[in-house]
Amino acid sequence: MPEPDPSDADGRVTPAGGDPDAAVTPAGGGASSLATSDAETLEGGPVPGGTASGKARSLWSDAWHDLRRNPVFVISALIIVFLVLIALWPGLIAGGNPLTCDLAKAQEGSRPGHPFGYDTQGCDVYTRTVHGARASITVGICATAGAALLGSVLGGLAGFFGGWWDALLSRIADVFFGIPIILGGLVFLSVVTGGSLWPVVGFIVLLGWPQISRIARGSVVTARQHDYVQAARALGAGNTRLLLRHIAPNAVAPVIVVATIALGTYIALEATLSFLGVGLKPPTVSWGIDISNASTQIRNAPHMLLWPAGALSITVLAFIMLGDAVRDALDPKLR
Amino acid sequence: MGRYVIRRLLQMVPVFIGSTFLIFFMVYALGDPVAALFGDKAPDPATAARIRQELYLDEPLWKQYGHYMGQILSGNFGTAFNGQPVTELMADAFPVTLRLTLVAILFEIVFGITLGVLSGLRRGRSADTTVLLLTLIVVSVPTFVSGYVLQYLFGVKWGIVSPSVSPEAPFDELMLPGIVLALTSLAYVTRLSRTSIAENSRADYVRTAVAKGLPRRRVVTRHLLRNSLIPVVTFIGTDIGALMGGAIVTERIFNIHGVGFQLYQGILRQNSPTVVGFVTILVIVFLLANLLVDLLYAVLDPRIRYA
Amino acid sequence: MRGATRARWAVCALSAVLAAATAGCGGGGSGGSGVVRASWGDPQNQLEPANTNEVQGGKVLAMIFRGLKRYDPRSGAAENMLADKIETSDQQNFTVTLKDGWTFSNGEKVTSKSFVDAWNYAALVDNKQKNASFFEYVDGYDKVHPSGGRATAKTLSGLAVKDDKTFTVRLRTKFSTWPDTLGYAAYAPLPRAFFDDHVNWLKKPVGNGPYTIDSYAKGSAMKLTRWDGYPGDDKARNTGVELRVYTDNNTAYTDLQAGNLDLVDDIPSAQLKNVKADLGDRYINQPAGIIQTLVFPMYDPNWSKNGMEKVRRGLSMAINREQITDQIYQKTRTPATDWTSPALGDQGGYKAGLCGDACTFDSAAAKKLIQDGGGLPGGRITLTSNVDTGSHRVWMDAVCNSINTALGNDKACIVNPVGTFADFRNQITEQRLSNPFRSGWQMDYPLIQNFLQPLYYTNASSNYGKFSDPQFDKLVDEANADGSQSAANAKFHDAERILAREMPAIPLWYQNGSAGYSERVSDVTLNPFSVPVYEQIKVG
Repeated sequence: MPEPDPSDADGRVTPAGGDPDAAVTPAGGGASSLATSDAETLEGGPVPGGTASGKARSLWSDAWHDLRRNPVFVISALIIVFLVLIALWPGLIAGGNPLTCDLAKAQEGSRPGHPFGYDTQGCDVYTRTVHGARASITVGICATAGAALLGSVLGGLAGFFGGWWDALLSRIADVFFGIPIILGGLVFLSVVTGGSLWPVVGFIVLLGWPQISRIARGSVVTARQHDYVQAARALGAGNTRLLLRHIAPNAVAPVIVVATIALGTYIALEATLSFLGVGLKPPTVSWGIDISNASTQIRNAPHMLLWPAGALSITVLAFIMLGDAVRDALDPKLR
Repeated sequence: MGRYVIRRLLQMVPVFIGSTFLIFFMVYALGDPVAALFGDKAPDPATAARIRQELYLDEPLWKQYGHYMGQILSGNFGTAFNGQPVTELMADAFPVTLRLTLVAILFEIVFGITLGVLSGLRRGRSADTTVLLLTLIVVSVPTFVSGYVLQYLFGVKWGIVSPSVSPEAPFDELMLPGIVLALTSLAYVTRLSRTSIAENSRADYVRTAVAKGLPRRRVVTRHLLRNSLIPVVTFIGTDIGALMGGAIVTERIFNIHGVGFQLYQGILRQNSPTVVGFVTILVIVFLLANLLVDLLYAVLDPRIRYA
Repeated sequence: MRGATRARWAVCALSAVLAAATAGCGGGGSGGSGVVRASWGDPQNQLEPANTNEVQGGKVLAMIFRGLKRYDPRSGAAENMLADKIETSDQQNFTVTLKDGWTFSNGEKVTSKSFVDAWNYAALVDNKQKNASFFEYVDGYDKVHPSGGRATAKTLSGLAVKDDKTFTVRLRTKFSTWPDTLGYAAYAPLPRAFFDDHVNWLKKPVGNGPYTIDSYAKGSAMKLTRWDGYPGDDKARNTGVELRVYTDNNTAYTDLQAGNLDLVDDIPSAQLKNVKADLGDRYINQPAGIIQTLVFPMYDPNWSKNGMEKVRRGLSMAINREQITDQIYQKTRTPATDWTSPALGDQGGYKAGLCGDACTFDSAAAKKLIQDGGGLPGGRITLTSNVDTGSHRVWMDAVCNSINTALGNDKACIVNPVGTFADFRNQITEQRLSNPFRSGWQMDYPLIQNFLQPLYYTNASSNYGKFSDPQFDKLVDEANADGSQSAANAKFHDAERILAREMPAIPLWYQNGSAGYSERVSDVTLNPFSVPVYEQIKVG
């Protein structure tokens, strides 16, 4: 690893000129009310000691160092680990069979042994909610990861290089934007029958990347102009290094924000696709299928909606918190 | 600047051709629409063959597409199965959806950015947590649920608004649908502006501005907000198109005869003139919205320049 | 007009800003005092009588057209309307005599030529009318509507105008109950304007029914006014009808609750539980001529080979129809016990219980029969239906659960939802399905023949499963040639007993018509086709 250039050490360089506001940089942080109020609200209090020890560490190891001490991160990580465990072994906390249903009990409310009540088909809502985690979380995580990766790489390249790259990638994204979800779903997903998870994931990635790509491009376009990037370039940093070490950490925040919320909307999108008959199909159990089945019954049996939607909320909450913590840890300005 | 805009406008030509072909191909891939016109009855083969011939469905794909493009260039977007010219459908649907989108975007901008700034400045405090929880509810309740619930509460239970929108679709009837439509995007806008604000509130120019003794309000609006808006503006740009084309659920619930409704009908009935015509216009809207956003970048951040 | 609209937006936008939005701008109570505001769907095709094959267009045709016969809104019996008499001596050659005094709403007299021209137009293949096949029984149909190539004649040779009030019809074969089919909209007379100025006629159709069309905004609304000069005795009792297009019946129902709409003729299944509480006795639930079945692909040897009739019967017995219609449909469906519909009435040929034990839930017997027959092909079945319309998803899940429970295997039956009706139809007509699929049948005219011949006769037009049984065909032929309706019905019942033995299609349930209406209106009824009888509705 090459020696980190000075701009990394404290996260900024003195600008060569240009922005008059930024030119006069107070060294020790202003004593203004605004700045202090922010310093106070920093989660995970301890001042990062990485650079103080004199040993240069990469941004990523700094981030990890911070994360472990951040309670928000710890809590959200625990929730996510729990969700993943349930997704892998739903039998741990729900022994029943989600496909065993008794129509005679349709839409009955909560009772001993069946805390969440029954759905329209007389299936146990608790069992289905627990068993639905696997499909929904897989779709949510994989689709988000795929869309975020594809979108930020393509969007980042478009924003960084500009010109023809930008024109080509952005216009491709525009065309994809134009495809109505229903049409795309009917075309792509009705060809692949069987209701397996992966076509659904692939399809959501296909529809989701343009948005993240736009966001990433916008961020990179902004970050590219910053003085520290110009300085790094002046010091002879290559494109790869510029992108990965200087621009990415500064441009990643909006992508994380959008991706964490998108995780929730993708799980809900799976519901829409199932509703249209092209998403996951029984015997697969998913929150999306249950939410879409419950949606018309909201007046008769709100509990049918409450629990799968609640599980979805907790999942999204965990990922939003995680995203926030990761973003804070990666932000060089916080050091 | 001017040259940049012209170049961007020229790029529309290949995008136009590409997207029309893609959509045309997709509708084609859905299969034969004629059988469905006969309902539950078996189509009479001779009649079905005549209808296919009339719609050029018996030709190979490339010929069909060529014929369609020829029509479009002479200003004819074809007709829907009920005999209505697609241009007429568009003239009816786009103004309605445009108004709906306008309501939704305004709602996103006003509430999203306000809530975002509020929680970004008060990170970790109770205001921030409340906004986070509201965001969660909005994200995890699908539009079709929030739509039905709000429609029932406001339209029937309390009788404050009309539960459906009349064909003329005036702005006041579009308030509730617009809000429902904007809810999910509201979550994005709020979180994006919160993060951006939180990030930039530690930037040097903010400290400087504060140190200079500028009033807090001025610091927030002139320095902080302006520099934090880029991701938000980008998102709203992408959202305009999504709102216009993706309002299928909302338009269904509130019985709005707009773009989403026509697209949905067109897709279910596999009427390629309707679908291709509407999507083509939508793609142009995306292109213009994105161009506008790119130009706004330069306004918001003077360091960004376009050659 | 345009200026006025814009001004109203401005006012509304302003009022929305000043105060919370109020009703009264645009939506709400337009129409005038005596007008019925009813829910509607966008007709799929142009509103020509012989081109309309679905219920939404049918509603309009029922208001603006009257044919030779009309089905009594209550009993469904075919009664003479414009026809004075329809006579035959050999069940094949018919002489139609018209009543005096009938005109179209534009003043033109309805003559025998109005009928013959309309029927010739409908049958001619060049006109691409979707109901052309209704004229296939008329002699000469194969000339004007060959199954391939160009038409070799412009008119049906079986039709001949005698004078202004008389015309004759010669059929291809004997068809004793043919006159009773003539209440169907496709047989309506057409004015000269239809042929002379077709484009404008389509914009605003003109007919001879109790209403005239005031304005028609495709895709959003149609306004109809009572025609005061209407010569029939079923004059409209309201001043007009405003049909409003709804894309979601839930919204229509909500509008009814909010008082913005007077009549909803399709209660969403999710609201069936609340409808009594919401509407009280302003809710109608009565039999309609619709049956839902699960058809077996008899073209697939896996299903048609010997012994499989046991499996087919077993599957039918594994479905708990009673419970599904109670729990999911709140009794707006009735468990089917034959392949027709109670809406036919005794006279039309309905007889309950013809399916016998095979349509009675008995999980033990079902399991045994399926095992005896060699088990399910491949160990499992899938049920296929489109899910873009109706609430098909819910009952498919319930039927599968019922079969799975009966067989004690939670993966024996799997649902296969299809995204669009068109795709579903194509899969059926191209015989791509190798497992049972849904088939809904709505009668065209209230005769038992209409439920059996088109669906189960060898190579019949809507025999999607390609069921074929020589004995069944023979019984149907005999029934059609029989001069007496009761004797014909008995033959049809024998034919149904063959279906009970072979089970080419599982009868699921008879579908009811359901409707709700506001306090503003009264005397709301549905006819056996589950279409509201608009002209009888009173306002105020």
